[in-house]
Amino acid sequence: MATQDGASEVTTGNGDWQRPTAFRSQRLKWGVYGGATLFVLWSIVSLLSGVTLPRVLIGVQNGVLLVESMVPPDTSSANLERVSRYMVETIAMAFVATFTGVLISVPVAVGAAENLAPKPLYYLNRGIISITRSIDELIIAIIAVKAVGVGPLAGIIAISYLTIGFFSKLFAEDIEDIDMGAKSAIEASGASRFQTFVYAVIPQVAPRFIGLTVYRWDINIRSSTIIGIVGAGGIGTLLMRSFDRYEYDFAGTILVAIIVVVLAGELFSAYVRRRVQ
Amino acid sequence: MLETIDLRKVYSTGDEAVSGVSTTVEGNEIVAMIGPSGAGKSTFIRCINRLTEPTEGEVRLDGEDLTALADDEMKAARRNIGMVFQEYNLVERLTVMENVLSGRLGYVSNWAALRRNFPPEDVERAYDILETVGLADMENKRADELSGGQRQRVGIARAVVQEPTILLADEPTSSLDPDSSHAVMELLTAIAEERNIPIIINIHEVPLAVEYADRILGLHDGELVFDGPTDDLDKNAKDVIYRGEAIAASTADRDTTSQSGGTDDTERVVDTPSLTGD
Repeated sequence: MATQDGASEVTTGNGDWQRPTAFRSQRLKWGVYGGATLFVLWSIVSLLSGVTLPRVLIGVQNGVLLVESMVPPDTSSANLERVSRYMVETIAMAFVATFTGVLISVPVAVGAAENLAPKPLYYLNRGIISITRSIDELIIAIIAVKAVGVGPLAGIIAISYLTIGFFSKLFAEDIEDIDMGAKSAIEASGASRFQTFVYAVIPQVAPRFIGLTVYRWDINIRSSTIIGIVGAGGIGTLLMRSFDRYEYDFAGTILVAIIVVVLAGELFSAYVRRRVQ
Repeated sequence: MLETIDLRKVYSTGDEAVSGVSTTVEGNEIVAMIGPSGAGKSTFIRCINRLTEPTEGEVRLDGEDLTALADDEMKAARRNIGMVFQEYNLVERLTVMENVLSGRLGYVSNWAALRRNFPPEDVERAYDILETVGLADMENKRADELSGGQRQRVGIARAVVQEPTILLADEPTSSLDPDSSHAVMELLTAIAEERNIPIIINIHEVPLAVEYADRILGLHDGELVFDGPTDDLDKNAKDVIYRGEAIAASTADRDTTSQSGGTDDTERVVDTPSLTGD
């Protein structure tokens, strides 16, 4: 019979299959790709139209001169003492800001976890997170300097503020990932809301909490080295001053110190996070 | 004594998971609830302690209507209802002892819970029960170090330490191998007898239900289509529970098989080829 012979033959004429695309139609897909390519080309042309080869060469020469003037770095004991004093301030700023930032973040994160918070509270806290995340750290630092004056307090405020957006968002996501089965089992035994939180939620998110805190601390160290250039305390203040005075060898010393401290912070943070997770 | 009256649950999606189930469970009977996936077994059991909020109907535990209770009163009432889950639902990062003691949370203050400071008699109870379930000396192991069978026994210990007046078990054997499944069923049966409390067990393995239960509840598409002693669960009843076939239809089915040589009821049941599909 025909069906037996036709078993291996194409009978329906339906041989063309294409992977479904995320953009509803193939035409729209190529339209988006083409548009994006044109936009990138236009950006390159319009932004770099004034750049000529001689200008690039001069720039490279200047860059080399600047780096040469930083080497060898200034190692006079007076300047080393200043670097270490400002570096201590930088690290202290990062510690305090991490502490206050995380402290404020925890309730925000719990409120922004869809599985724990009632809807209105959830939207409120998601809103807080979105707003805190939408402004860059230097802008917040400038505002803080205007508000409380030059010095580390402005830096602490700015970095704490930035910690909230980052930490609350990631921590809320971790809370949303917990095993809700364990939570309902604790609830089923007649536990109160607080007891359920302490018994079923905290143990599940504690390692991520520690990991995120150390990670943010490491980012905050980096932030507090730069934030001084707008007057918000820390070693950035010193770096800015050295550039203003053309003390490039001193600037070199500061850069080396920043690299050492940031790398040490990163290594420590990576180590701790590996241990707890 | 547990009594459900016209218990109904309609999810917000419009699915009617449980449609008007009325039954009574008392004494120290082992009641197995069987039925195909999606028949509403889990929903029914979760409506009893209101982990899932029933839409209509009443749940009466020792005369008290649980569906009428305010949140705080419901929390107090939950202390009397032990529950065992399919996926054990232990807090994996806590020790066995902490998991067992969490069954006593309804009796301690928030501050005590925070410091894991349970009264000595609770700790003693927990040790006793750990021994009963065969986990003596395991109290300081973390839950995630245990095997599936051991975890389920911690789950049972957590429910029993509540000293409940009824035990609910939602597919307690579905994640376990056959040996562990039997061990868990035996343990549950022993607990019902020893503590003189009834147990409702959701289970989809019919042979296990038949082996251990005194009574069977059959749920099909949210409706209670069978409620009777285990011995009454014949081929006809199984068809109704698992295929939703009306009794008349399956009688006709039986007649055709009887023509092929079946003599009495039991033989005919054995002869029916579709039984192997159960």
